[in-house]
Amino acid sequence: MENRKHIMIALRAAFPHTVPILAGFLFLGIAYGIYMNSLGFSAIYPTLMSLAIFAGSMEFIAANLLLGAFDPINALLLTLMVNARHLFYGISMLDKYKGTGKKKFYLIFGLCDESFSINCTADIPKDVDKGWFMFFVTLLNHLYWVLGATIGGAFGSLVQFNTEGLEFVMTALFVVIFIEQWMKEKEHYSALVGLGISFASLVVFGGEKFILPAMAAILGILTVLRKPLEKEGAIASL
Amino acid sequence: MTLTQQLITITMVVLGTMITRFLTFAAFPTDRPTPKYVQFLGTVLPSAVLGLLVIYCFKNVKFYSGSHGVPELMASAVVALLHVWKKNMLLSIAGGTILYMVLVQLIF
Repeated sequence: MENRKHIMIALRAAFPHTVPILAGFLFLGIAYGIYMNSLGFSAIYPTLMSLAIFAGSMEFIAANLLLGAFDPINALLLTLMVNARHLFYGISMLDKYKGTGKKKFYLIFGLCDESFSINCTADIPKDVDKGWFMFFVTLLNHLYWVLGATIGGAFGSLVQFNTEGLEFVMTALFVVIFIEQWMKEKEHYSALVGLGISFASLVVFGGEKFILPAMAAILGILTVLRKPLEKEGAIASL
Repeated sequence: MTLTQQLITITMVVLGTMITRFLTFAAFPTDRPTPKYVQFLGTVLPSAVLGLLVIYCFKNVKFYSGSHGVPELMASAVVALLHVWKKNMLLSIAGGTILYMVLVQLIF
């Protein structure tokens, strides 16, 4: 009983953090389901793909892959490239996911942009189990996404009001989380490097190809900054 | 594509996604000390990655044509200002999103 109470407290603490994602994922999920539907796939495709892949942008791309010529190696390489940013999420979460037991496997499986940004920045209250908190953030996000994709795949054509622009809810979420992190930290060099380099890379390489150069440049610059930062005491010497 | 080919393609996408998510955790297991350089990255990367994620949202915006990204930039600025002012996450997100919808549906 004590354990169940423990879990419920974590669920109650996690839910409010996921409300913006509820809105965003239901909408994007429905859009994805409608998209799959319009390409001629039955409703089971968006449901199963959202359940198994759980990486929004990649699922739209996967839909196109299914329509093209059969090329599994290309599918794998494309996925690795589009999702390479997850490597940085992993490095950032190595410490936070420590000691979460069996839940860790699911936490890593569900490490999408939204789960990452919440679990990485949320101030989890002391009396809440952090493993269960992060588990529920991930699980709720996953549920919203599958639910949206399923609704879209099954009933998407019934949506009547003009939803154009609703997808901005995800951009707004990331802007808010970025600002929260900004107000929490003392030094902004890392945030500025991430924002500046990514923007420069987007301008130079364009939307399709900017992620990998941006990641490489961020890594390079932070590495060069390591020694001076440690000397200044901006970060703890490791 | 046959059903089998579709299943293989989807499996490849799942596999690729899982590789990008599990690789760092497999490379640096908890029972062995994590290299200092990786620990350093673990402390400084989050802020940079959140910056990358913000820019990632703008990857499909055409800055040189159409509305030149004006609705996106305006709505983002409103989100930021609302958030610095009221510090209420839902208000900032709802305010910016509604403004964006009005901008793209009625003005641009």
